[in-house]
Amino acid sequence: MMTPADIYRFYRDGFRQMTLGRTLWLVILVKLFVIFAILKVFFFPDFIGRHAAPGAEADFVAGELMNRK
Amino acid sequence: MSPNLLTIDAAAVDWARAQFALTAIYHWLFVPLTLGLGLIMSIMETRYYRTGDDFWRRTTQFWQRLFGINFAVGVATGIILEFEFGTNWSNYSWLVGDIFGAPLAIEGIIAFFMESTFVAVMYFGWDKVSRGFHLASTWLTWLGATISAWWILVANAWMQYPVGCEFNPDTMRNEMTSFFDVALSPFAIDKFCHTVISSWVIGAAFVVAVSAWYLLKRRAAEREMALKSLRIGAVVGLVASVGAAVSGDESAYKVAEVQPMKLAAMEALYNGGTDQSLTAVAWVNPFRQPDYTTEGEAPLRVAIPNGLSILATRTVHGFVPGVNDILNGYTLEDGTVVPSAAEKMARGRAAIAALAAYRQAKADGADEATLSTHLAALRADMPYFGYGFVKDEAELVPYIPVNFWAFRIMVGLGSLFILFFALILFLEWRKRDVSQMRWLLMAAIAMLPCAYVCSESGWLVAEFGRQPWTIQDMLPVSASVSDVEAGAVAATFWLFLTLFTAMLAVEVNIMLKQIKRGSEHNS
Repeated sequence: MMTPADIYRFYRDGFRQMTLGRTLWLVILVKLFVIFAILKVFFFPDFIGRHAAPGAEADFVAGELMNRK
Repeated sequence: MSPNLLTIDAAAVDWARAQFALTAIYHWLFVPLTLGLGLIMSIMETRYYRTGDDFWRRTTQFWQRLFGINFAVGVATGIILEFEFGTNWSNYSWLVGDIFGAPLAIEGIIAFFMESTFVAVMYFGWDKVSRGFHLASTWLTWLGATISAWWILVANAWMQYPVGCEFNPDTMRNEMTSFFDVALSPFAIDKFCHTVISSWVIGAAFVVAVSAWYLLKRRAAEREMALKSLRIGAVVGLVASVGAAVSGDESAYKVAEVQPMKLAAMEALYNGGTDQSLTAVAWVNPFRQPDYTTEGEAPLRVAIPNGLSILATRTVHGFVPGVNDILNGYTLEDGTVVPSAAEKMARGRAAIAALAAYRQAKADGADEATLSTHLAALRADMPYFGYGFVKDEAELVPYIPVNFWAFRIMVGLGSLFILFFALILFLEWRKRDVSQMRWLLMAAIAMLPCAYVCSESGWLVAEFGRQPWTIQDMLPVSASVSDVEAGAVAATFWLFLTLFTAMLAVEVNIMLKQIKRGSEHNS
């Protein structure tokens, strides 16, 4: 049965012994940064959240749909 | 009228669609290889577990490295689609929030816990956990990815065949009435089987192509690995490509039932009827929508007699509606009358008017009887709600050339894969030395991009064919899109194109370096 310490050492040793994995982790971290810190923050706002008052989202969507017919 | 609506530009819809398509196509470059290569490396590790032969361990580790590269570059690319829902497709997003919440949450939890846990054991656990546990982790990594695909495909299938839900006019949301109807809808099951099995073809094509490259380069160190991988890849590829054909046939049968316009567009069938033949080839101009109202059928048509009736109805003489039948209305063999587009559009407008009247009455504090009257009117026409947003019948016809040709590319390449994998196995069975057959090895490498073209063509059929609907019969794309500026969406489209191209270049570069290093390189 593995203890939490064993699990910690398992991951620690695994990460330390990586070679190709280091490059891949760099790719993942850069990508996650771009996705969450740049794209999400600057380019993908919550459209309804910005245009509708809290609690009035349904009214906003209803207005959008009914006027688009 | 909301002043925002006055700024709506058709180009915003087009850019939002283009951006979503770009993101989905890019995402789909990675997913099928994860599903397909995951299966093959699990089979290889099973060979290691059973034989204890170190060759199979090295071979498994080699393919796991390539799996890891694909996994690392592809992971999280699907999240961008969810961002686009919230920004570009906010009306749609609000309407489906209650339906999509459960499958996407389950997908996220399973993806995080199963994949992240077992991927770690798969890469870090060699010689640290038992062989059996390691093997189980490899299979569970693949299973986790496959289960993730299930939930995403459930969400996609629901848009094409919305079941297990009821529209709530107070919250303006579709609320789930039956989780099992959503999760186990026949459309979702067919879509899952066809999509996942066809992903195995990509995994097989990848393994066969990389193995063929080693044999072409006469790399002695990789010769045994390449020959045995080629064989396993061909077996998986043959089983998967036959399975994809069978599941594709079942998918087409379901499409005929719930999305007849998509089938008519796939077949360029303008005027339907009984005893319909299946078009093998015909001339459909790829660059313009055909004049389906006056053209009897596509020119230069070569067809298989009664093939379409069998495919669509499972009977030789079955009735299959064409584009004009669907627009003008038709009667099924069981007597069911399918209304014309004009009637559906009128009923859709009535549904929207009833919704507006209900909400206004509710806001005015009307009595229960008045609310019930509006609600009953809404419920009566709700099946045609989306048609109320359609301005012209022509909007209901998807772009036929893309559907027609993408379907033929998919089926043609799929058939080619069956023949190709069968040929490899036949040559192996006849004890021929495939490593000396340069033509076969070069063909194997050429088949890899064909596998991706085949897979993406399948998605083109699925997604172009359901136009104009985001949710079948319930919400067209023109009503789903947010009131965003076209310029803003166009800017992010080009940003994504640049970003995705760079990431793809990174992956291909790392992948090629790793392949050149070969199986002896440990990392």
